[in-house]
Amino acid sequence: MKPLARLKIHSTLKCHRLIVRSFWLIVFAGLWLAPAFGQENTECLGCHSDKSLEGTRKGKKFSVFVDEKKFGQSMHSALTCVSCHADLAGKELPHAEGLQKVECGTCHSAEQELHTKSLHGKAIARGDALAPHCNDCHGNHNILSSKDQRSPISPLQIPFLCGKCHQEGSLVTAQRTIHQDHILENFSESIHGQALFQKGLIVAPNCASCHTPHSILPHTDPASSIARGNISKTCTKCHAQIEIVHRKVIRGELWEKQAHTLPACIDCHQPHKIRKVFYTQGMADKDCLRCHENRNLKSSKDGRSLYVQGEQLGFSRHSKVSCSQCHSEVSVSRLRPCETITKKVDCSSCHAELAQQYQVSTHGKMAAKNDPNAPTCKECHGTHLVLGKLSPNSATFATNVPLLCAKCHREGQKAAVRYTGSQHEIIEHYTESIHGKGLMKSGLTVTATCTSCHSAHSVLPKSDSLSSVNPKNVPQTCGRCHHGIQEQFELSIHAVLVGKTDKPLPVCNDCHTAHTIRRADETGFKLQIMSQCGRCHEAIAKTYFDTYHGKVSQLGYTKTAKCYDCHGAHDILPISDSRSHLSREKVVGTCQKCHSGANRRFAGYLTHATHHDPEKYPFLFWTFWGMTSLLVGTFVLGGVHTLLWLPRALQMQRQRRRESGQQNQGDKGEHGDNSKA
Amino acid sequence: METTAKPESAHEAHGISLASTAEVGERQFLRFKRLNRILHIIMIVSFMSLALTGMTLKFAYTGWAAFLSRLFGGYESAGYIHRLAAVAMIGIFIAHIVDVVRMKKRLYPSWRSLLLGPDSMVFNKKDLQDLIGNFKWFLGRGPRPEYGRWTYWEKFDYFAVFWGMAVIGSTGLMLWFPEFFTLVFPGWFLNVAGIIHSDEALLAVGFIFTVHFFNTHLRPEKFPMDIVVFTGRMPVDDLKDDKPAEYRMLVKEGMLEENLVEAYPPIVIRAIRLFGWTALCIGFSIVVWIIYAMLFAYQ
Repeated sequence: MKPLARLKIHSTLKCHRLIVRSFWLIVFAGLWLAPAFGQENTECLGCHSDKSLEGTRKGKKFSVFVDEKKFGQSMHSALTCVSCHADLAGKELPHAEGLQKVECGTCHSAEQELHTKSLHGKAIARGDALAPHCNDCHGNHNILSSKDQRSPISPLQIPFLCGKCHQEGSLVTAQRTIHQDHILENFSESIHGQALFQKGLIVAPNCASCHTPHSILPHTDPASSIARGNISKTCTKCHAQIEIVHRKVIRGELWEKQAHTLPACIDCHQPHKIRKVFYTQGMADKDCLRCHENRNLKSSKDGRSLYVQGEQLGFSRHSKVSCSQCHSEVSVSRLRPCETITKKVDCSSCHAELAQQYQVSTHGKMAAKNDPNAPTCKECHGTHLVLGKLSPNSATFATNVPLLCAKCHREGQKAAVRYTGSQHEIIEHYTESIHGKGLMKSGLTVTATCTSCHSAHSVLPKSDSLSSVNPKNVPQTCGRCHHGIQEQFELSIHAVLVGKTDKPLPVCNDCHTAHTIRRADETGFKLQIMSQCGRCHEAIAKTYFDTYHGKVSQLGYTKTAKCYDCHGAHDILPISDSRSHLSREKVVGTCQKCHSGANRRFAGYLTHATHHDPEKYPFLFWTFWGMTSLLVGTFVLGGVHTLLWLPRALQMQRQRRRESGQQNQGDKGEHGDNSKA
Repeated sequence: METTAKPESAHEAHGISLASTAEVGERQFLRFKRLNRILHIIMIVSFMSLALTGMTLKFAYTGWAAFLSRLFGGYESAGYIHRLAAVAMIGIFIAHIVDVVRMKKRLYPSWRSLLLGPDSMVFNKKDLQDLIGNFKWFLGRGPRPEYGRWTYWEKFDYFAVFWGMAVIGSTGLMLWFPEFFTLVFPGWFLNVAGIIHSDEALLAVGFIFTVHFFNTHLRPEKFPMDIVVFTGRMPVDDLKDDKPAEYRMLVKEGMLEENLVEAYPPIVIRAIRLFGWTALCIGFSIVVWIIYAMLFAYQ
């Protein structure tokens, strides 16, 4: 048999065409001569046109029916069966079962060779059951030209063909290591995919355009069409003039010669995700401002002002960005180029990553539901005068952030009204907190603002496990600034990895609060912290207040041992741990912080002793009750003595008054008598 | 505190009686000598200070305690006042012991005669008889006993101070110098000392400001207060009435005249009454505060 050539849309060079034409000549010559060399196809079809005819391979039955009509329409219609099923040549018919595999390479040796070296071919050699053979892409008896739209290898079909194996959920993506994900989805949303599927441009690139049909190799292989060194060649197959566009970046030929030092196409235009970049050429800002600089310009729909301060644009972060890059869909050729605009400005065209964060955030989810309260990009960043967060005039500059968030989150404003959680007067509390004072009073721009803890774009409620203020993530969030503390905390018993318990463990804000964080050396904080510990350590906190330390602090004085003076603040560990401040090795030293003369026995003072627990502290319990009995006994005796005495003493007093009254009268009488006498 | 003031005051009284020709009725019987009066005044001040500052800690959970602590200039300052008052109290105690020893040397041939004599503070048979007699009188089954120079409740108050000095004083020192005491005792002794110190103090304060106040000041024949402990003097009629046994004995032995002195001028009496009222008011306030703390705010 003479070799048969196949045409591919990607073979664009003229010399290829010449070879192809000569191949066809040879093919037709071969067809003419063919019947002389083998059995007639009609002989084979005598049996194989029976739809119920079955063969057996490896114990499994399969149909060996051959559709004569489809075969007749196929690329191979002029060939005889034995041209491919070569092992049957000259054999008696009907033949035995167990035919050899058809060897396409007999004719298509070049393709066969490329395929053998490719990822797919190597997988076959390994015996990978999922590896694709020729017929998995091309079919068998019904092989069609790639120009035939019904063919699985026609440009429009290729993504689906490849997608059979390379889409999410397929066996290949599940069981083999493929470094890209959502390949088909991303491709279909990319500018290439949109051109192919939505606009039906069959010249738009499909999978095989970049990966080649047969020589599919990993990008790490220097021979691969998608290897870093070859990328530009692959892309320029279509984007021939692209170098002119990128001249500033690549200085011409450097791009290809020094592919290892300069960015390759995929560094900017991610594979499979290639998006439209809005470089609408020829549309100058001047053209827009011709109308929009008019202060009275109003929308004909809703009457809002469409006035744009031209000079503002110059100061903004987007000063180098032209109007039409954001306000896309302009048609330069129209008198009013903007009349073709249908969509609102989509910041995600450039800020794709931030937009993705925003979309999963509470703000983004609300916006997706068309909630009128939902803040979009412009609510925080503004529109034409968008400034970077490092510009002091920007609403997103550190010192302005609390005021920006306050627009909605201040008590009575739209976000605060909807909010049902426990945090109230957030802005006021924040302003009085150490962070707020640091920012607003001391003007420290490195101080934590709203966005430092809640993030700028991934704002999520505390309950969401992805939220930066979810208890799980709080130590890390605070640790971004307070890293040293985070290190201590993560070794303490309160850390999730250390304190293995079902009970909820405290994180930073459980002791320090969320918005009213105070300096730890403030009296108020020092006194408050004890009740914070007591929320979980209820019994032990109560007994603390039975001791001298506790009583002094109850009086409102801080110069006495509080929880953290002995237990440590962030590095709390059980006393059994030798690193604990209260371990046998360290406890005397801990006491000596205040009691310089403390010794081992001194450290035996029961700092959480209570006289209410006869089991744990029998000495104290019985001392207390002994003293109480003495007290009660003495008072009972004294009280009885007094209470019995009182009525009698009153009686005596009354009697004496009477007696002295009588005596006085008697004295007067005597006196009178004397005077008479 | 007061054992006997008679011999010395007799000497003093003698001089006065020679100088003065006033009638017996205008002169008063001298019950307490000067040293004991001074000691009692210092004791009141020290005891009140100890009580007020100490109770702020004991009842730290009440708003009153925080207020008082602030008034004393904070817990540290209150602590200094507490310890200063404690030193004063110990000083009084020592002064009294020294006085008793000197008295024994000058006036008594032996300790036995001092301790078992008629003017001794030590409990004797008559005290038991008076106690039984008193209860009989309370219940209307006998006459009022004829009390002598020192009644059994006065002696009880006197010895209560000895008990208090031992119990509160020792535990107080332990809490004052914990580092020193734990060189010998285990740490939990401090906890025990704390409980004893605080509860015994509560007993002392409670007892003085209720039972002692009633027995000495509030009982109808003395109401509202008896200032004899400040003036040292009492009218002979009162002596006749309150201590009939002593009066009889003084008359019998002809000693009464020797112990009569001139009364203080009214201005002094007024000052003394002011001081007495202050002490009474502070005492009652503390009692009210304790009752409030124990009943309504106990933790």
